[in-house]
Amino acid sequence: MTTTSNVLDRAKTIVTDKVQATIPVDRQVQAAHAVKKAKRRAGLETPLAFTEAPIPNPADVPLAEIDVSNPFMNRQGKWYPYFARLREEAPVHYLADSPFGPFWSITRYEDIQAVDSNPEVFSAEPYIVLGTPPMPAEMFIAMDPPKHDVQRKSVQSVVAPRNLKEMEGLIRERVQEVLDGLPTDEPFDWVERVSIEITGRMLATLLDYPYERRRELTRWSDAMGGSAEATGGTTHLDDLFTAGVELARSFTALWHDKAARRAAGEPDGFDLITLMQTSEDTKDLIKKPMEFIGNLALLIIGGNDTTRNSMTGGVFALNQYPDQFEKLKADPSLIPNMVSEIIRWQTPLAYMRRVAKEDVHFGGQFIRKGDVVVMWYASGNRDESKFENADALIIDRKNARNHMSFGFGVHRCMGNRLAEMQLRILWEELLERFDRIDVVGEPTYVQSNFVKGYEKMMVQLTPKAGVRHPGVHTTAETSAV
Amino acid sequence: MGKITFVEHDGTAHQVELVDGESLMALATGSGVPGIDGDCGGEASCGTCHIIVDEEWIQTTGRRSEEESAMVEMSPECVPNSRLACQLRATEGLDGLTVRLPEFQM
Ligand code: FES
Repeated sequence: MTTTSNVLDRAKTIVTDKVQATIPVDRQVQAAHAVKKAKRRAGLETPLAFTEAPIPNPADVPLAEIDVSNPFMNRQGKWYPYFARLREEAPVHYLADSPFGPFWSITRYEDIQAVDSNPEVFSAEPYIVLGTPPMPAEMFIAMDPPKHDVQRKSVQSVVAPRNLKEMEGLIRERVQEVLDGLPTDEPFDWVERVSIEITGRMLATLLDYPYERRRELTRWSDAMGGSAEATGGTTHLDDLFTAGVELARSFTALWHDKAARRAAGEPDGFDLITLMQTSEDTKDLIKKPMEFIGNLALLIIGGNDTTRNSMTGGVFALNQYPDQFEKLKADPSLIPNMVSEIIRWQTPLAYMRRVAKEDVHFGGQFIRKGDVVVMWYASGNRDESKFENADALIIDRKNARNHMSFGFGVHRCMGNRLAEMQLRILWEELLERFDRIDVVGEPTYVQSNFVKGYEKMMVQLTPKAGVRHPGVHTTAETSAV
Repeated sequence: MGKITFVEHDGTAHQVELVDGESLMALATGSGVPGIDGDCGGEASCGTCHIIVDEEWIQTTGRRSEEESAMVEMSPECVPNSRLACQLRATEGLDGLTVRLPEFQM
């Protein structure tokens, strides 16, 4: 880098820092929204839109044209056969043209692990999704070391196992409340009543966010993670920016409120905002609102889609493999291992994106500096060379813990233990109460190439013999909680 | 053959038969020592095989590499003698080695 560009870079940093510190973040988000709209009006930018069409069988498509970024792949049950073909015939596969631009797909377990473990060559900046998110936000998951390490360290203690142990009782209580409020005499939507509800309660707890407003967190997460540009999703641009503005306002207010309460002598909690305020590296993060909001958005999205869809995926998988449900009932000590297996089987986030920082020979291919490289965890988790009978859910699978849904290397999911704990508690409490959890009707799926998720899944519960299900009697009580 | 001792956070000690050339992570998981997960299979890329080497042994084992630091320093329990068990190969010279486990792997 030349001296001039160094100077320019520094000047740019100073100006951005200043803008960030003086203009309220919700105004900045609004401004970004206006620019985006103007660009579209002026025809400088064409918005992406996706219309569902039947996806052909993988054998009928020329290898070079295989496009696993199609946001309907999962919905139509086509991802796995396509990935199987890629792992077999082109494990490091180049697609020259897609709605998201050209990209490499890495589909074998070992190759994905190698890319993930090498942040010097494969950069996580500037985004971790395939497309370009319309709203600018800075998140440490999309930063390389050393900046990444500093920011991550400051917030990860919220999900340190010691903290989680403290929280376990509270989490269990909240899971029990949700389960005790479920109907047993009619089918209901598991996604809405269980997965979203429990995940929302957890997020509100972690952030010390007003409990009764927890659904806002879910709404923002869905809006921000689901744009066509970023992941092939369906969020309207206006909704996305509205969510951004609301999130910015709410969390700025929460930050100041918290600071005031702490100044007034309220003892420190172990929520995320307190942790940021008490950590040397992040105590002034509010002065860098884009980073502040970016990291909060990251934690909300990171804690939302993942747990939610594993909570749904587990029930769905056990319905497809009923012998495994019998095995589980016969030996509930399998729950922890089953949780890992569910996370492997579901892989709630299908991939992470990297960009090559230099020319590199990899897996017999020549990847150029600047090329986009996508690590398909969803494929690595079904790699037969790592997991025998990989498509099946096997709750006592020996190496279930080796799944790659959390990623490897410095970006490895910091919420992993929290996710495992939530799922473990859910299953412990479910087994206490129910004999059967039957999926009635096909679930519907999220439109996305990133989130492997469920929109809706109707289930019918059968209470365990001898267990009086409180839900029948205490609906009024539980809904008042 | 020699022995290596893994001491859990609560003080429970586990003596494991030393196998020349094996990683300490593999020795521990192979003998069912609780508290070592080894999620990444020994690639220094998950941080769930965190161990703490006793001071008198650290000269012999050597200190952690930069690659190990990147993972293990993310743990709040990381100390100067922290290492990743998967990156430490057992040799005859480590006979009698004692390592402690952190309270939690993460
Ligand atoms: S086994 Fe993953 S870091 Fe050692």
